[in-house]
Order: sequence, then structure tokens, then C-alpha cells
Amino acid sequence: MARLTLDNVTKSFADFDAVRDVSIDVGDGEFLAVLGPSGCGKTTLLRLIAGFEKVTSGEIRIGNEVMSGKGGSVAPEKRRVGIVFQNYALWPHMTVAENIGYSLKVAKLDKAAARRKVEDALALVNLQGLGERRPANLSGGQRQRVALARCLVAAPSLVLFDEPLANLDVHLRASMEDEFAAFHKRTGTTIVYITHDQAEAMALADRIAVMDHGRLAQLATPRQLYREPANEMVSSFISQGILLPADVLSAEEGGHCKVRVLGTELVVRCRTGERPRAGARICCRSADVQVVPDGPGLDGHVKRVIYQGGSARIEFTPSAGPDLTLHFEQPDPVMLESGTQARLRIRSGWLIPAARAA
Amino acid sequence: MSTRIRESRGQEMALTAMVAVVIMLLSLLPMLRLIKEIVAPGGTLSGIAIEAGLRSPATWIATWHTLVVSIGGTLLAVLSGTLVAVLITLTDIRGRSALMLCYVMPLMIAPQVTALAWLQLFGPASPFLKLFGAAPPLGTRNPLYSTSGIILLLGVQYGPLVFLLVRAGLRKLPRELVEAARAGGAGWLTVLVTVVLPLMTPSIMAATALAFVSCVGNFGIPAFLGIPANYLVLPTLIYQRLAGGGPAVLGETAFLSVLIGIIAMAGILAQEVMSRRRDYRISSTSLPAEPYELGRWRPAVQAGMWLLIVSVLFLPLFGLVLTSLVPGYGIALTAKTATLDNYRFVLFEHDAASRAFFNSFWLSISAAVFAVIVAVPIGYLIAWGKQRWVRLLNLSVELPYALPGVVLAIASLLLFLRPIPLTGIQLYNTVWIILYAYLARFLVLALRPTISGYHQIDRALEEAAQVAGAGLFLRMRTIIFPLVAPAAIAGGLLIFMTALSELTVSALLWSSGSETIGVVMFSFEQGGDSNYAAAMSVITVAVTFVLMLTTNLLARHLPSGVLPWRD
Repeated sequence: MARLTLDNVTKSFADFDAVRDVSIDVGDGEFLAVLGPSGCGKTTLLRLIAGFEKVTSGEIRIGNEVMSGKGGSVAPEKRRVGIVFQNYALWPHMTVAENIGYSLKVAKLDKAAARRKVEDALALVNLQGLGERRPANLSGGQRQRVALARCLVAAPSLVLFDEPLANLDVHLRASMEDEFAAFHKRTGTTIVYITHDQAEAMALADRIAVMDHGRLAQLATPRQLYREPANEMVSSFISQGILLPADVLSAEEGGHCKVRVLGTELVVRCRTGERPRAGARICCRSADVQVVPDGPGLDGHVKRVIYQGGSARIEFTPSAGPDLTLHFEQPDPVMLESGTQARLRIRSGWLIPAARAA
Repeated sequence: MSTRIRESRGQEMALTAMVAVVIMLLSLLPMLRLIKEIVAPGGTLSGIAIEAGLRSPATWIATWHTLVVSIGGTLLAVLSGTLVAVLITLTDIRGRSALMLCYVMPLMIAPQVTALAWLQLFGPASPFLKLFGAAPPLGTRNPLYSTSGIILLLGVQYGPLVFLLVRAGLRKLPRELVEAARAGGAGWLTVLVTVVLPLMTPSIMAATALAFVSCVGNFGIPAFLGIPANYLVLPTLIYQRLAGGGPAVLGETAFLSVLIGIIAMAGILAQEVMSRRRDYRISSTSLPAEPYELGRWRPAVQAGMWLLIVSVLFLPLFGLVLTSLVPGYGIALTAKTATLDNYRFVLFEHDAASRAFFNSFWLSISAAVFAVIVAVPIGYLIAWGKQRWVRLLNLSVELPYALPGVVLAIASLLLFLRPIPLTGIQLYNTVWIILYAYLARFLVLALRPTISGYHQIDRALEEAAQVAGAGLFLRMRTIIFPLVAPAAIAGGLLIFMTALSELTVSALLWSSGSETIGVVMFSFEQGGDSNYAAAMSVITVAVTFVLMLTTNLLARHLPSGVLPWRD
């Protein structure tokens, strides 16, 4: 178990920065999810931590030891990290027990002790008695568990998960998610978990690092990420937030401030120290949006209603901003129809902080 | 910390260094030595060797002959290979895999065996023709001792090569392209001419270049058919010069061998230039097109195909077997005259022949084993390595095989004519120089399948071992080798089959005591003992065939395309 520190890590391939200036400090025993759309650099980040790629600049430390930095790079086989690969990467020419025991054999552990450890690992993932099978004769979920057992038998200081559920079907995903959570609780290992599925990240992680175009967009707890996104990318990527242009009218007071959105004034949550400014943006969630018959609100035109079973997704164009399209969900019974007029009341929102001058 | 960082790169550096040394010794050194002989014979820069070579009329005659038979043979191979590929791949002809196996078979048979088999079929002593009393009278010239005979056999030998490349291209042809053309109202023949063949241009060009290079470098066929007619091409000219003049004429033959290399390279370059002129890239990948229904033509097409296979494979082999059973030249084969004496003679009685079997077997096995062992680390660096210069290594390993065998043989002679500096070890006139040439020449045959094996393995399998703490050498042994072994071993078997009856290289490098099967076969035939030559041929063909069947057992574990005779 150890702390993982990334200091201004950059990785460039030819003329393209896959990871740019990322700093993350993962606490001992913490479960960190790295979340982002495909191509955001999250897999490169994992490969940098594992040592398969060398950093272009910056430093990676595990515990107090520099693993990658100016002085060079410690080879992956010397880092004592465990990885659960997306496609399991079980060796087809070895049995389940041989797969799990490989790192013990490499470490030249005495045979009886190794056998005992393998048995323990098998029991830990509920695969007792399957040690002599070949990976080819296992189901997807079983293979995933073998991969997990193989990784934890070496008692690594840090475990990396590379989209481990991407190849499993929906039912298995939920149960493996539970298993990962239990695994983390039991072992207290520091975990870095790469995924593009935010539900998975939210369910498992203590903190989530959202990546975008190689940069760290935000590092926060799941709740904070949802309620207080740091920028537009995070707002729209997490739960498809609704972005609206706004002018800040009053300075922050008690975590709130007054803004004008499309001609309507409302009060939204904000960071401390916000001051009045123009050209800001707010992020609202579907739950913040209410269709009202009258009273203050945004008038507009319902472009499309897509029924999704239990709720409907509405595309709405406000009259005050004909170029905008708002997407939000409404629970059943849905009264709106496409082509009609409607009025929306925005009950709450979050003022996206001004972008720091880079 | 810095020591930890340093030691973790050690094994990788050691591996890279080892690979670099092997490739330097086997690929670059002989080529550099050859070039030095041309531009600086005797150590000083001069154009004497080039000038002498250019002035000799024999050079020009042999060059002309080489061009004539190579272009003729290539044309024949491309036409027949493409036609067979289209018929087997795109139509609903029956028994495809059997047809394919039989059609590709000549490729696995050494050229001099092909030549011998055809000679036995048509000559005045032909036991086959004698069966119906149709043999020409004794003393008549064999019609194959001619330019057109050489062209015919080169076409037969390399048609399968074209077939394989064109078929690989055809199988990648997306069915939408064919279906779009048919939906546009084009009949099958129109589709073939306007869509399929134009898209196959890169494959056909590549096949043409490869067939041309193979024809230019072929020694067995012009040696068996051309030398009796005094029709010399460059490889046979080199052979005759060297056989008559010994090491004294090495400089002159070096020039000739570079000339062969240049002609071969010109063929490859021409293909490069031609295929760059238009864009033939196929963007989508999808299922292959539905086979075209031949309908009422099917029996006729099928019969035609089998007729072709009978005449290019079964009849010559049959002729070969018959010849190996008759007791002497010109004797008709009957139940009474049939004998196994020829086999007994070559296997047990004739010293050089039985030595040749022994030599060829251990040479081929050594070359195969060495190549398999070396191909795994080289393939690792080429397929998975990060250093860009390693990819250049790939090219240099291809070189000794891409260039005609004669070139490598001359280069090896030059390299080892004098004892190796510092050690004083003499390879010239020993069997070791042949082994060296085999290692250099055939390494690529194991490397290619190994690399495609690597491309099919998920790199995460190695990375998983790496995070488990295994260093490079341990990963090589416990993870990587077991995973690529089937592909590498299949490559080794290909090497064994090719090297077993190899003639081109050993004809120039052999010495008394280090004869190979090919060399003894050749000398039997030159001395008029066709029956013995035939018996030796039958034995090697049988061994090759058994090996092909054995290798088929591996097929399940192999990337597609590793075994030329299978899909």
C-alpha cells in the first residue's frame, strides 16, 4: 500500500501531447477513478504509472520512491504495481493456478508457500477448485476474477484497473462492481481505476479525476463533480448537464449569487469570492428544470420529445436564445409535445467558475 | 534509485546487442564484402573488375538469356497463377482445398527436381512414354533442352507463387465493391475486368516482381535444361566459371553476381514505381464476395483445373517415380524390370550420395533450429520494439533471401576464402560455409511467420508478466516463446523443406565431403545417371510431403497465411 503522486506529468508522442501537465495525489488506500471520453489520455496515464511508457516531463512517485522522472524510468517489473487488464490478459498456455502463481514463481517463492497463497487468492475471488482449468474454459466473469486474483496474490502496493468491465455484459458488470468495492474494502489497496463509464466511476471511487484532451479537467469527489463542475467540459460530460449563458449580477454571499439567464433572474450556487461579471455560464441538471404553466420562467418551443420509457428527453429552444438547444429529461407523465410552446422554470444551478488564465 | 533504473534496461540492451550482432554477421557483412570486391578489388578503389566484366561477350549473352527466360517465365507464371487464383477464389468450383494443395505443391519441390521430373517425362528414355510405346527414338534431343523448355518450367514453378499473392489479395476484396458493380448492371465478366482485376493490381504487381526475382535467381532449371543445350544464364555462367577456374575467377563472378542482384532489384523497383501511380487502397474490410456460380460450366472448369494439376504435378512426379524404378537408361519398365536397386544404391552404396543425405539433413535441421531460436527475439524487437532503427533490421534480414542465392553464395566465398582473421578458422572447403549461407539465407523464412504471430498476440499478455515482476529474459522463456512457438516452428519446418533439397547455394559452396542432396543429384544427372538422380528426388519429395502433412497438424495454432498451402 502506498501513496501515488503525479507531478506535472506530460507525455508527448511525436507532435501530440497525450497527457499534458497532470498532477494528482492519490492517498494511501484511496480509490481513484480516472474518467474521460475515449482519446482523453486516460489509458496513457495508466501506462505511465505502470511504466510501459516513459514520461516526457514531470515525475511519478509511488510511496517515496521516484518511478519516472528526469533520472529515467524504473522498469514495470520493478514497480510492484498490479494491473487488471481490460481483456484480462490471462496466459492461454497456463492453467488458472499457474496464471495466479506466476509472480510468486518469478519471485522464487518456495513452492508450498506459493501453492498456499494461490489457494487463498482463489478463495478470495470465489474460484475454489478451478485452479487446474485453462483460461479458455472459463466464463467472462470467471476470467475477470482470475485476473483479479493474479494481481492481488503479489500484494502490490498499487493496483491499476484498465476498463475492467468494458468487455462484460450488463448483468455481470453490476456484480463485478460489487466485487471490486468489496475487494477494495478488504485489502485497503490504493487503486487507480480507468473507465469511460461515469456510473461505474461514481459508484466505486472516493475521488474521480476527469480527463479531457490529455489535461486533468477536475479532480473531486463524485458528489462535488456532479454538483460543482469546475468547467464546461465536466458540466456537460457528467450526467449531460445543461449549459446556459449567464451574467453574474451580485457578488457571492453564503455560497450563492444572483445571475441573469436569457433575460430571467435567478439565484444559483457558486464558489466563494465570485464577483459580478459578464459572459459566464451556469450548469443545471434535469432535476433543476420544471415545466410550469405560468409565473417567471423561460418561454420557448419544444423541438422534439423522445420517449425513453419512464421518462422523456426533451429538446427545447428558448425564445430568448433561438440558437440554443436545451436537452433535459422529464419523468412520466410527460405532457409536452413537439411543436408546442412551453415555459420552463430553472430552480437552481451552479455558476461555472471563470477559467483561470493559463 | 538510479541503479534500479539502470539495471532494468540491461536485459533489453543485451537482447538488442545480440540481435544486432546476428544480423550484422549474417546479412550485412556478406553484402558489404561483395560490394567491396566490386569497387575495390584487392583493397584499392578501381574499376578493373567492372570493366573486365563489361567487356566480356559471355556476360552480355548470359544477361540476354537471363532476361528472356525470366520475362517469359514470369509472364507464364502471372497468367496461370492469376487465372487459377480467380477460379479457385471467386467461383463455386468444388474441392478448393484439394485443388489448392495440389497447385501449390510444385513450390515446395526444389526446381532441379521439377526439371528432372519433366525431363524424364518427355525424353527419349522416358519410361512413361515407353508404357505406350510413344517415346521418341533414342538419341533424339529432349524438347525441353531449349529456351521455351526453361520458360515453361519457370512458369510451372512460380505460377503457385503468383497464385498465393493474388489469392491473398482477392480474399481481402470487400463484397460491397463487387455487389455495387453488379447492382449497377455489370455482368460477372465485366465486374472481373473493370473492378476486381484493377483492384488486384498491387497484388499482381507484387507477385510479378517476386516471380521475376525468383526466375532471375533460379539455378536448378537452367542448370538441368540449359547447360546441356549450352544455353547459359547468369547463375549457370557463374557456376561454370567457378567450376572451371576456382577461386582465381572469384572477382569476375562477383561482378556477375552483382549484375544478377541489380537485375532482380530493378524488377522490384519497377513494381514500386508502377504501383505508386494510382490509388488502389481498399478502405473497408468485410466479408468476401459470394462465389460466382459457374452453372453448367462448372464440370468443364473443374475438369480443366484437374487436367492442369495432373499435367504440372502428377505426371512429372509419376515420370520421376517410374524412372527411379528402371534399372538403367532407356530400358522399358515392365513388371520384370522394375527394381528398387536405385534406392539401395543412393542410400547405402554410393558414398557421396549417402553422405549427402546425412549432410543435407543436419544442415537443414541446424538452419531450422537456429532460425526458430533467433527469430523469436528478432521478431520481438521488430514487432513490439520501440526503436525505429530496428525496423531497418527487418529489411536487412530480407536481403539475403530477396537477392538470388547465387549472390549470397559468392559473398560467402569471398568472406571465407581466407581464414577468419584472429582465429585462423578456415570455413572455405568445409561444410560450415554451407551452414553459414543457409543460416543467412533462410532466417527470414522463420522470421516472417514469427512476426505475424507476434501481431496476433495481445501485448497485454507480456505486460501482465512484466507487472508480475518478470524480467525480459524470463518473459521470453515463460510467456513469449510458448505463445509464438507454433508460428516460429512452422517457419522452421518451411526452412527444413526448402533447405533439404537446396541446390543454388551449395552448388557453388560444396567441396568433397560436404556434398548436399542437391549437388549429388545434379552430378548424377550430368553424368547421365538419371535413375539415381530420380531415386534421390523421390526420397526428398516424399520427405517434403510427409512434413507438409505433419505441419498441417500445427495449423490450428497458426496465424493464417503462415503455411503457404493452406488458408
